[in-house]
Amino acid sequence: MKTKSLVSIDDLSTEEITKILKLAAEFEENPIQDILHGKVVATLFFEPSTRTRLSFESAVNKLEGRVIGFTDSSSSSVTKGETLNDTIRTVNNYVDLIVMRHPIEGSARYASEISAVPVINAGDGANQHPTQTLLDLYSILKTQGTLDNLNICMVGDLKYGRTVHSLLMAMSRWKTSFNFVAPEELKMPDEYKLYLRNLGLDYYETADLNEVINMADIIYMTRVQRERFSDPMEYEKVKNAYVLHYHMLADTKPGMKILHPLPRVNEISTDVDSNTKAYYFEQALNGVYTRQAIICSLLGLK
Amino acid sequence: MKNINDPKQLLVSAIESGTVIDHIPASTLFKVIKILGLDKIRNQITFGTNLDSKTDGKKAIIKIAGIFFEDDDINRIALVAPNAKLNIIRDYKVIEKRVVEVPDTITAIAKCMNPKCITNFEKVTTRFRVISKKPVALKCQYCEKITDQERLEII
Repeated sequence: MKTKSLVSIDDLSTEEITKILKLAAEFEENPIQDILHGKVVATLFFEPSTRTRLSFESAVNKLEGRVIGFTDSSSSSVTKGETLNDTIRTVNNYVDLIVMRHPIEGSARYASEISAVPVINAGDGANQHPTQTLLDLYSILKTQGTLDNLNICMVGDLKYGRTVHSLLMAMSRWKTSFNFVAPEELKMPDEYKLYLRNLGLDYYETADLNEVINMADIIYMTRVQRERFSDPMEYEKVKNAYVLHYHMLADTKPGMKILHPLPRVNEISTDVDSNTKAYYFEQALNGVYTRQAIICSLLGLK
Repeated sequence: MKNINDPKQLLVSAIESGTVIDHIPASTLFKVIKILGLDKIRNQITFGTNLDSKTDGKKAIIKIAGIFFEDDDINRIALVAPNAKLNIIRDYKVIEKRVVEVPDTITAIAKCMNPKCITNFEKVTTRFRVISKKPVALKCQYCEKITDQERLEII
């Protein structure tokens, strides 16, 4: 049986994305409803991700649905050697929808092919995390009033950052210009730059955030992780170059907002939190509305 | 007068009707056999390998009696024998010649090069979209990573 699932942001047409974002705005207006009354949602987290899981569970609870699941694979039958195939075939009997996070890439697509109920990919290894991308888009749309003709400045780990790749692919559907700010070792991979060139979209690469910060409508910060560097000396050299401080925001655009997928470590100085341009915690709240919209549209309830 | 040293003449006899697959690289003959499932059928099959070829170095040839392939089936060998040529034989005569073409999707033949892909953990039939035919580049329908010609492995 083929049901509608959300595995990759590319599965959605631009119309479908627009529809979900519109629905998210409706849920923001009216987040407490009984649409999911009598429905059960499974949150299968084969690796821990507290933020994503709580956001999904909050979304379901606010709509009167029930949640069952596990929070990491040590408390599931995986430790007994059960295959993903068997887990999904079993669990899909109990629930109306499955939310799954799994460390193996492609596991979500596989689960969606097996499951008789819709599957939402809440992250499959380094591959896809489409609900993060949708909540990013919602945050951009909400703060800028449009998705067209924006300048997005992506900062930090642009090589391994799953969220920046998905956001780039999604935003390339609109007339977006990009600035990529990253150390040499963590630059945006060529395949994404080629993708933008083929679409005729502008991008500019630099290692200096100050050079491009004042052009930005959105600054998208990511974490530069020590373990990504082959040479620890390199990390020590660059780790402070990609930290956002309050004083750097002085001449930025008035409507500019700072996004971050969280968790933050030290790449945004805490003095920025009090600035009206800091938007990362509101962004996390937007995640609840966006997930309400995604769940209800997959279940055909909206 | 035919050259009696012609290895084709010596080693591989003609068939009455069926399919001759020529210009298979000698190094991939057994992969072709496996992909087409020739090791599991009861038809009469003769093959020759390490034959000299003017164009391909060492080549192999397979003659299968009584089998005529659909395009979809035969195109599956394009990954390992891109220059293969088919002769369709009836009454000892070649009635049609065909070439193979890399299909748009590849199912159950290639292995995903990504060690963290689900297809390398569970019994999942691999499925790729062909994003480039020459050189071959395959995009895994599961992990979405690209497997290129260099890293291509046949299951």
